[in-house]
Amino acid sequence: MRYLPKSDAERREMLGACGLASADELFEQVPPDLRLNRPLALAPGISEYEIADYFKMLAQKNANGYASFLGAGVYNHYRPVVVDTIVSRGEFLTSYTPYQSEISQGTLQAIFEFQTMICQLTGMDVANASMYDGSTAVPEAAMMAVRITRKHRILVARSMHPEYREVLRTYARDQSLPVEEFGYDAESGQIELADLERKLDDQTACVILQSPNFFGVVEDTGAVADLARAKGALTVYTFAEAVSLGILEPPRDADIVAGELQSFAIPPSYGGPFAGILATREKYMRQLPGRLVGETTDVNGHRAFCLTLATREQHIRREKATSNICTNQALVALMATVFMELYGKQGLRELAIQNLSKAHYLGAKLERRFSGPYFNEFVAQGNGAPVADVNRKLLERKIIGGLPLREWYPELGNAALVCATEMTKRADMDTLAEVFEA
Amino acid sequence: MNYPEDYRYTKQHEWVHVAGSTATVGITDHAQQELGDIVYVDLPKPGTKVEKGKSFGSVESVKAVSDIYAPISGEVLEMNEGLATAPEKLNEDPHKSAWLIKLKLDGNADFSHLLSAADYQMYIGTES
Amino acid sequence: MTQNARQHLTRNEELIFERSSPGKNGYQLPELDVPEIDPARALGEERVRGGIEGFPEVSEVEVIRHFTRLSTWNYAIDLGLYPLGSCTMKYNPRINEAVARYDGLAWAHPYQPQELSQGAMEVIARLEDALCEISGLDAITLQPAAGAHGELTGILLVRAFHQARGNPRKHILVPDSAHGTNPATAGIAGYEVRNLKSNDQGMIDLEELAHAVNEDTAALMVTNPNTLGVFEENIAKAADILHAKGAMVYMDGANMNALVGIARPGDFGVDVMHINLHKTFSTPHGGGGPGGGPVAVRSHLAPYLPIPRLRRAGDKLEWSSDFPESIGRVRAFYGNFGVLVRALAYILAHGGPDLRNATVDAVLNANYIRHRLRPYFDLPYDRPNMHEVVFSDARQAAKGVRTGEIAKRLIDYGYHPYTVSFPLIVHGALMIEPTETESKLELDGFIDAMIAIAHEVENEPQTVLKAPHRTRVSRVDEVTAARRPVVRWTPEANIAPQTTAADLVGAANVQRPE
Repeated sequence: MRYLPKSDAERREMLGACGLASADELFEQVPPDLRLNRPLALAPGISEYEIADYFKMLAQKNANGYASFLGAGVYNHYRPVVVDTIVSRGEFLTSYTPYQSEISQGTLQAIFEFQTMICQLTGMDVANASMYDGSTAVPEAAMMAVRITRKHRILVARSMHPEYREVLRTYARDQSLPVEEFGYDAESGQIELADLERKLDDQTACVILQSPNFFGVVEDTGAVADLARAKGALTVYTFAEAVSLGILEPPRDADIVAGELQSFAIPPSYGGPFAGILATREKYMRQLPGRLVGETTDVNGHRAFCLTLATREQHIRREKATSNICTNQALVALMATVFMELYGKQGLRELAIQNLSKAHYLGAKLERRFSGPYFNEFVAQGNGAPVADVNRKLLERKIIGGLPLREWYPELGNAALVCATEMTKRADMDTLAEVFEA
Repeated sequence: MNYPEDYRYTKQHEWVHVAGSTATVGITDHAQQELGDIVYVDLPKPGTKVEKGKSFGSVESVKAVSDIYAPISGEVLEMNEGLATAPEKLNEDPHKSAWLIKLKLDGNADFSHLLSAADYQMYIGTES
Repeated sequence: MTQNARQHLTRNEELIFERSSPGKNGYQLPELDVPEIDPARALGEERVRGGIEGFPEVSEVEVIRHFTRLSTWNYAIDLGLYPLGSCTMKYNPRINEAVARYDGLAWAHPYQPQELSQGAMEVIARLEDALCEISGLDAITLQPAAGAHGELTGILLVRAFHQARGNPRKHILVPDSAHGTNPATAGIAGYEVRNLKSNDQGMIDLEELAHAVNEDTAALMVTNPNTLGVFEENIAKAADILHAKGAMVYMDGANMNALVGIARPGDFGVDVMHINLHKTFSTPHGGGGPGGGPVAVRSHLAPYLPIPRLRRAGDKLEWSSDFPESIGRVRAFYGNFGVLVRALAYILAHGGPDLRNATVDAVLNANYIRHRLRPYFDLPYDRPNMHEVVFSDARQAAKGVRTGEIAKRLIDYGYHPYTVSFPLIVHGALMIEPTETESKLELDGFIDAMIAIAHEVENEPQTVLKAPHRTRVSRVDEVTAARRPVVRWTPEANIAPQTTAADLVGAANVQRPE
């Protein structure tokens, strides 16, 4: 086997050094009745060529060569080739968590830069080294708010991504944390502040909102934070489209920011791996879950980086840890780090303006369900044919249309969530509009 | 380091010094040595009730967290604010300036379960 | 000295923010084919920010050099043996990287029509089948993003199972040899954690267990082979004790690489387990992630698995959420799909016979290390091991040298250290896991280095105590890092870099260029 670097003679020699006559003797500690006394029912190994061929065949069975208007938490953005050049370097790809700082300075410095840029992006003081994704960063933020406030009730916007809300419910259920939703304004698509105010009480640990929300509408975080603060609750700001922060004011009024960086050069990859972020104010730093890198010096006074504040984590505090998270999304976060450094201050803004411009070009051609300000996606109201039928027609023209919303939001009727990014071509938008409005 | 005669000690390595109805609580020199470089001290705010034998805070080194147990019950009057920015003081002067909290005692405090300086030193001698 | 490393030039490199200057850029966008929109008009002036304060401005070539320089400061499995016990650092085949990047897979959107996702769904279906066969369990979810996430999923399944019988139960038993994620997970799932003391062999103590289990026990979380690298020979009896009280056996699959093709958890009484794809199935660790934490179960737990689940409808695959007893989602979409692709490629490359052969080689390597190092290092539990071996620093500690210092000295010899001070039941542990990836030559070099260090401890302990001597940075001040945390760069706190030009590390032995 090409991955196993030993000859049979070497194996025999090593067995001999262990005082064993055969490899089977290595497993004598496994009681015979517990052993698998047959070969695994898996075909013998195949060559590299056959592996490539097999996955090519699978890739061909998926959508290829379609223009897509899907967003809803996973966005089509261009990935500069430099990103894969760097993350493919074995020194990043095949290293472990940087516990041994002397031989991990590369990973540590990259994470330190990541933490810094996440702070700059979100307006927070401190960010951790990454979470699994946006959907799991949200319950981690909620649990953090529960620890900080010592209250239990969680209020979440109905306009947050439906799958994020489902994950939050799964996490909260067994910790006896009641989760309640507050609504959105039927006209603007923004949070219905009156509903939030009605539902806020002294037992509320946090208010969670997403902006741009699931409908693509930009929220006014300040108004939400004011209401929350008046009841002693924290404000958790969530985002799924990170490019929006290239142009939107950062959520300075929030206490915790939990988001998803897929838009920063992370391939859609059928939903993962992505990279979640968790950032907060300095005073809550010790309640952050996950890894943190700090700057310090070494014995010779050189700048050096190391993992720090590890006493928050599971390998030290065990059942009292801030979270059970161990493995994170380091390599994927590195993709986002390279992306942020390539685009930088000007590039991210320009990219955001292109997204805004494309979406607004399309938005002007369709009937939008909501009047609130929107970034690069919006809810299009179907007037005639069901959007499912529209989408079938679009497929014939090699276009994947918007996401039908009826299942998650029956009250919206015949509506679809439509997204345009810098990758979306004008001609495809014209076609979409033509078929949609036919 | 000197273990003051007028302090009382616990087997979890806390000390307590009582003056009138106020008790000052800290950790012993032996405890700080065992922990190594102390990087963070987590203490209860004034007004918090602490209960004898229960954990009221923790002390952290880079790779360990140790709970601190109340030698005696009472209400927190004051916490040593200086330790928040200079936890190293706990390594340097654990028996004096690096006290942790001051407690208002509930009525008649019972010290019978606590060790004298001599007994405590004998105890840590046998423990190691 | 038998050091397997020589000094090497590495360039210094500032933080990217210190390289930045206004007006440089590393990107170019195409011309807009639609009218440009003024953000202030579209969004409202108060909602729009200027450029992101502090974000770097650098060119493409600077980004490449920046990260290439940083990369040379890392150790990696591509460079050599990485014997971190419990972490399973094995070779990451490059074909796996290539196939995960095929357009039809990498650019698949999770909401694209299912009829246009059959290839992605087949990856999932085929990996599900393979992992069920390997684990001997009946059903599986690939949704969890990592081992700890799998643990949480598994314990939520246990809870849902008990809840459906009217009582979620109160506590989870965790052996004192367990990974820290186990108690942390049980806590998050709303259970009290009860620690279970190991016996004098470091194994589950059946008497202790029988005493601890009652009608309030939800499950035992057990790692098998355990963190000493030894197969829990009484695992089936332990399972009987738990099952007799209606409690479940949860297996932490961190050490599954010792069992593939040899024994199956489903055959020795395990009800639910997670599998670390980034350990056993070789998806890259990437400096800390991503991982994959599939959870496999016996059929009685299957109704509670997360939704959506994949099922066959004729010759098509489809996602179904029609499982009313499900615990719900643990992650958006379908898990770390790109990791699943790599794991499947690894399984296909080996096939059944060579998966077993890989296990045999991993166990052989660990036993070979035990035999050869046993004259030099204390072996607190001296018995045949599976994929890893745990020594203690007892002999060296007598000379004032601890496991952490031996680990640092190993770096000077050109190897990544083993896992230090874990498991907690071994005082001063040296936990060594070579994996099947290492040749005899690489193992012998490592063993020689360990022996040389053992001699140094006897003859020149100061050399070991002050290690490492040959790295870019040495003995990083973790105490100050924790006392006064600096976890982001700010322009104010920016101390000018000590050396800006090409400064050479270990310059004493190398010529300094002009």
